[in-house]
Amino acid sequence: MTEKPLISARNLSVHYPLRGGLFGPKLVVRAVEGVNIDIDRGNFFGLVGESGSGKTTLGRALLKAAPITHGQVTYDDGEVEYNLAKLKDKELKDYRKRAQLIFQDPYAALSPRMTVRDIIAEPLEVMGLTKSRAETDKRVREIASKCRLNLEHLRRFPHAFSGGQRQRISIARALVSSPQFVVADESVAALDVSIQADVLNLLKSIQEEMGQTFLFISHDLSVVAHICDHVAVMYLGRLVESAPTRELFKAPRHPYTKALLSAIPSLDPDDRGKAQKLEGEIPSPTNPPPGCKFQTRCPYAIDHCRKVEPQLEESSKEHDVACHRWKELMDEKVLA
Amino acid sequence: MTRLLDVENLTLQFDTDEGRITAVDDVSFKLDAGEVMGLVGESGSGKSVTAKALMKLNASNAHYGPDTDIKLHLEAGPVDIMALKNNHEMQVVRGGAVSMIFQEPMASFAPAISIGDQMVEQLQIHTDLNKKMARELSVEMLDRVGISDPSKRFSQFAFELSGGMRQRAMIAMALSTKPKLLIADEPTTALDVTIQAQVIDLMKDLIAEFGMGIIFITHDLGVIAQTADNVAVMYLGRIIEQGPVREVIRTPAHPYTKGLLAALPDLHDLDAPLIPVPGDIPSPLERPPGCVFNTRCSVALSGRCQTEVPHFTSLSSVHQVACHLAENGGA
Repeated sequence: MTEKPLISARNLSVHYPLRGGLFGPKLVVRAVEGVNIDIDRGNFFGLVGESGSGKTTLGRALLKAAPITHGQVTYDDGEVEYNLAKLKDKELKDYRKRAQLIFQDPYAALSPRMTVRDIIAEPLEVMGLTKSRAETDKRVREIASKCRLNLEHLRRFPHAFSGGQRQRISIARALVSSPQFVVADESVAALDVSIQADVLNLLKSIQEEMGQTFLFISHDLSVVAHICDHVAVMYLGRLVESAPTRELFKAPRHPYTKALLSAIPSLDPDDRGKAQKLEGEIPSPTNPPPGCKFQTRCPYAIDHCRKVEPQLEESSKEHDVACHRWKELMDEKVLA
Repeated sequence: MTRLLDVENLTLQFDTDEGRITAVDDVSFKLDAGEVMGLVGESGSGKSVTAKALMKLNASNAHYGPDTDIKLHLEAGPVDIMALKNNHEMQVVRGGAVSMIFQEPMASFAPAISIGDQMVEQLQIHTDLNKKMARELSVEMLDRVGISDPSKRFSQFAFELSGGMRQRAMIAMALSTKPKLLIADEPTTALDVTIQAQVIDLMKDLIAEFGMGIIFITHDLGVIAQTADNVAVMYLGRIIEQGPVREVIRTPAHPYTKGLLAALPDLHDLDAPLIPVPGDIPSPLERPPGCVFNTRCSVALSGRCQTEVPHFTSLSSVHQVACHLAENGGA
């Protein structure tokens, strides 16, 4: 693709200072550290990682909803180009129309005292995107039918709806301002399996029809595998691997990605005990280990990994990995 | 194998402001010692309520059906759970013969009492151990579940432990009284996959060592496939299919079980479309008559499925399904 990416982050860091003890050292949570990421226009980009890996913070930084401590984020949709780290008030207001967020919990994200129509219309009214009530209603109805909401239901309140329907309302609200960039943060995690498939299919079909760029954040690799074009894996604030979905799932190169894939419980009862074990837990982001952040749990870590932090490098076209040993591990077929 | 638990015709209703709702409807199952039974279903299917009924832990607005019969077979003889009147009588069962692990380990520990004090307290209630022995056993159990530096963790509070560590401590606490029956309600749902794999492994080791029966509640069929011997699938308060985990997952007979399996993303076939089960789970206030699944079932027979409750049809000596279509041998 020769086109410039929609979102491009260079050396992006998000740090949160913690109040230290009276004499103790000032602690800093390095939620996101030195991330380089390019999200192409029209892409369905997946971001996976365990809790505490910084995936939500990264998503929010790209929306300018988390403070950008270091680095650059460029947004370029062909109409406007913004440097998110130095956004003026007026530009930020405009960026809010172009970039939207779908939340995880459809029960908490919708005001119980507003009708569905008002919930979906609110972004249009706040941003002043429509001139009359009739125009607002028209936009609301358009997006509601795209999200397969019954138009009769627009007059009701959220409590009357099930989880799947509520999530469709949240999606309609996020998409009503016709954003170019949508961050979906664990948008199906709170839903039951039989409903989850429905919401995933809806997101995919809307994207195919309207052409937005999605950043789909999830801890569930099997969901990401089915819906995303490209997947990036995070660990302790760093990107450790980034590749087209098929390639990542067929030939993962980072030991962490491999372990994550292996830890998904298989539906085959005869696979018992075959999962590759990963010892320990993710370290605290206030006190990350030196060298490679994964070295404390990595079965292949050597001295070099404990001293020098690996950088994300291109291992093949579009497939980046941050591991000192990815080549030898591939040769030894340990990761095959 | 010796029989541990017999549940017959368990029916449970709750009085609410909007009327009386049926949460569990005529559920029967058996559990042997050393067996792991998976109880699967989506939210609102009644799986947690069923498990809590075994210890009569449901709220005071719960009404048990008159035919409900729950028997726990202990060495001293069978205990009729329904006949136990007050909290004092229930103590033999709650935390003694039956332990429970909950989904959210942060909410199950008291925040202002150290992990160790909570472990010692329940040991003193349910066993004859003195404080010193209870302490030793607790530290030993923490060590057994893979918590490093157990004597230091013993005096820490729940907030000082990570999620995986807390769930391990919960398991250690639940097992320290050597229960005959362990109820694990979504024990790995709040955990990351790599930690979930560790906890599942740990539970398998402990089953082998302690030999108790386990009721494993989850909405994740993958977790069931990796842990359970037998599985019961619940929908709107009824068991709609039950049998050995291999048979149910490989040759599901109920349209709902088939639908659940088809809705799961398959990692081996990324091109396979995700097929949702159409519609939403009805509210318990509007339980459909006839087969509870008829409103979402793509193969429902008009008439019969809407009026007549299907009873179990045996597909093999151990695999049963409640579906009218299976009755004629063609599901």
